[in-house]
Amino acid sequence: MVNYIKLRKGLNIPIDGVPQPQIIKSIVSETYALKPTDFKGLIPKLVVREGDAVLAGTPIFIDKQRPEIKFTSPVSGVVSEIVRGEKRKLLEVRIKADSQIEYRKFDVPSVESLTPEQAKELLLESGMWAGIQQRPYGIIPSPDVDPKAIYISGFSTAPLAPDYDYTLRDDLDNIQTAVNVLSKIVPNKVHIGLNALTHASSILHKIKGVEFHIFDGPHPAGNVGVQIHHVCPVNKGDIVWTIDIQFLAIIGRLFRKGICDYSKTIALGGPRVKNPGYIRCIGGFSLSNISDLTASDNLIKLQENCDIRYISGDVLTGTNVGKDGFLGFHDNQISLITEGNYKELFGWAKIIRPKKFSLSKTYFSWLTPSKRYKMDSNLNGGPRAFVLTNKYADVLPMDILPVYLIKAILAKDIDKMEQLGIYEVIEEDLALCEYICPSKIEFQQILSEGIELMIKEMA
Amino acid sequence: MENKEKKGSIFDSTIEAFQSFLHVPATVTRHGSHVRDCYDLKRVMSAVLVALLPTLLFAVYNIGYQHNLAAGAGMGFWEMVWYGILKILPLYIVSYVVGLAIEFASAQIRGHEVNEGYLVTGMIIPLIVPIEIPLWMLAIAVAFAVIIGKEVFGGTGMNIWNPALIARAFLFFSYPSHMSGDKVWVAGMSAVDGFSGATPLAEATTGTLSHSALEMFIGLVPGCPGETSTIAILIGAFLLIYFGVASWKIMLSSVIGALAVGYLGNAFAEPGTYLAIPAWQHLIMGGFAFGTVFMATDPVTSAQTETGKWIYGFLIGALTVIVRLFNPGYPEGMMLAILLMNTFAPLIDHYVVSSNIKRRLKRATIEK
Repeated sequence: MVNYIKLRKGLNIPIDGVPQPQIIKSIVSETYALKPTDFKGLIPKLVVREGDAVLAGTPIFIDKQRPEIKFTSPVSGVVSEIVRGEKRKLLEVRIKADSQIEYRKFDVPSVESLTPEQAKELLLESGMWAGIQQRPYGIIPSPDVDPKAIYISGFSTAPLAPDYDYTLRDDLDNIQTAVNVLSKIVPNKVHIGLNALTHASSILHKIKGVEFHIFDGPHPAGNVGVQIHHVCPVNKGDIVWTIDIQFLAIIGRLFRKGICDYSKTIALGGPRVKNPGYIRCIGGFSLSNISDLTASDNLIKLQENCDIRYISGDVLTGTNVGKDGFLGFHDNQISLITEGNYKELFGWAKIIRPKKFSLSKTYFSWLTPSKRYKMDSNLNGGPRAFVLTNKYADVLPMDILPVYLIKAILAKDIDKMEQLGIYEVIEEDLALCEYICPSKIEFQQILSEGIELMIKEMA
Repeated sequence: MENKEKKGSIFDSTIEAFQSFLHVPATVTRHGSHVRDCYDLKRVMSAVLVALLPTLLFAVYNIGYQHNLAAGAGMGFWEMVWYGILKILPLYIVSYVVGLAIEFASAQIRGHEVNEGYLVTGMIIPLIVPIEIPLWMLAIAVAFAVIIGKEVFGGTGMNIWNPALIARAFLFFSYPSHMSGDKVWVAGMSAVDGFSGATPLAEATTGTLSHSALEMFIGLVPGCPGETSTIAILIGAFLLIYFGVASWKIMLSSVIGALAVGYLGNAFAEPGTYLAIPAWQHLIMGGFAFGTVFMATDPVTSAQTETGKWIYGFLIGALTVIVRLFNPGYPEGMMLAILLMNTFAPLIDHYVVSSNIKRRLKRATIEK
């Protein structure tokens, strides 16, 4: 059965530096890192010490509250550094990699004879469970509660997102295996969302045993939260699992080869990349390996320095990790933009600003719809109270009133948050509201605080 | 020493305001989205100012034109314009100096950046008061509007009522003799005995109009500076809708509301009475057009849900004409209609949001 859904609301952000389908580098990094901060709500407990030797697949830390959930090393090597922040909060566990990766071997029965318990056990022990997220909240689900569905988005509409048909072209068998395993845990409830423009030719369309949903529309049509909203909405008490499609391939490798092979192909894009394209890498690699791929800036004649912001993820939702940071656990792309710490004389008062993009028709960028812009990290204004409240719903293709939800969170009104849809959205779904906001309100930060509050109150 | 340091900090908000007026600041994103749209509140507010320009320019001309007509002074075009500028400029100086001073002070007290909201409010206030208003009254009204109408609620974005209308309502109820009658609408004529510069609305209560519909549409009639010219306001309406700042739904539903009540009145009217004035003429008389386009649509004080906007706008239009037709003591109903609906906008939104909640609860889910 194919289900076609047309979404009109949203916005494709025309940022320059679209990755072209070519591998520009295969990265062999000296150090890798596993970051507890990549997992929302996690309180980690270390199970290794500095100097310990680990294999690819050896647990590094575990969930303190649910110790069966483990987080495993992407490579073999030696734990070189444990980085802590304020109050000794665990930030990063760095691993110095061996030149040749050695894998921890898992005893994997054939998928046909697998029981749901065995499947869960293997996923938990190998660290693959950590790649599953649940709605509501976007946290790692509990192994004890089965979801009402498993939902996978087969495409991304985020700015400069990778084309999964390209990155997963050799991984179809792995994905099929992973889907078969998931179907063992929750039979007949695996859904995949595909892009209307490419679904016919997409390799993902060949996957068997899943239900396809075709989405037609601008960003955030590729967001799994938006797709779930239209296919199997999350009401109070419901749980839906979501898994990143690239991670599905990694799960598949476990069940086909018995090893944790975290390698993947990710997109490298943005105005500060010399030749935007794809890189082959292993999850958690150090971004210092891509410093030779950066471009100098000719964006604006800057009097001051003109640093690069290294973003693990896309420009709307990613993390600023710095030039020596590490790729985030869930991220399939790296975006490099200019730090916009410059002043623009009479910026807001100029009749036209040809180098800036705006959705608003008070500027004229709508006249050049195919132009791509060298966007930077300038806030483009100052923080204000909500004034222009009529625009946010135009970029959120969900039956949710974003301003009312945000105000309920600010008022810490749990009932209203529930009623207005906090179970259905995570930060990335409101990222566009934040992007267009003339009052520069931090939608994602506020929502994140709201979700934290919900987890605390509902526990 | 201590005093010096304090002195430096008293003007922090003011200095910041002027700096960010000149430059877009070098602030970079810290949380969430790394790139942001270059649209900010300064741009929003300047868009509204641009939309108000045709109305302001026409107002300047009409002040001179009405004076010339009443006094029989035989002035040329530029003389009339110059006369208008001289008359309206003091109002603007008072409006902006008093209003911005309070804005800057309250931003400093709160430790916030200065908000741009008053740029628009300050532009609107002189357009909706009689041109002969004493400046001290205007100053008190502006102070009242900014402090009681806005800052006590937390500043721009938090206010319940449109601040410009608060200023007008304050004047209307405190100094009625300066806000109504036949003598206050034409500049330089208030001291002339026997002169009548009645607005079309005031005339309409008697059932006879001395101005043609075309004159009212163009705006060459007595009235508040900004309210007379429907055509200039229509240009502004087009700009606001194009810029995406104001809601066309509110404007349209307000027109529908006014016409609905107006035609109902026409149906029961005896010839020659107020009720018999064609309903569509309510759209070009008095402050209806200006209120509908520039004040009912204020995104802060109007209804904020899309369905709510239809209800809110319709009721503003309907109430305006009801007040006009059925309350002979009050020629104009626009101000009170908007203020009343500002009050009820959160209630309208509450019901629209509740229906959204109910709809979301009813959604079908996949069977387990």
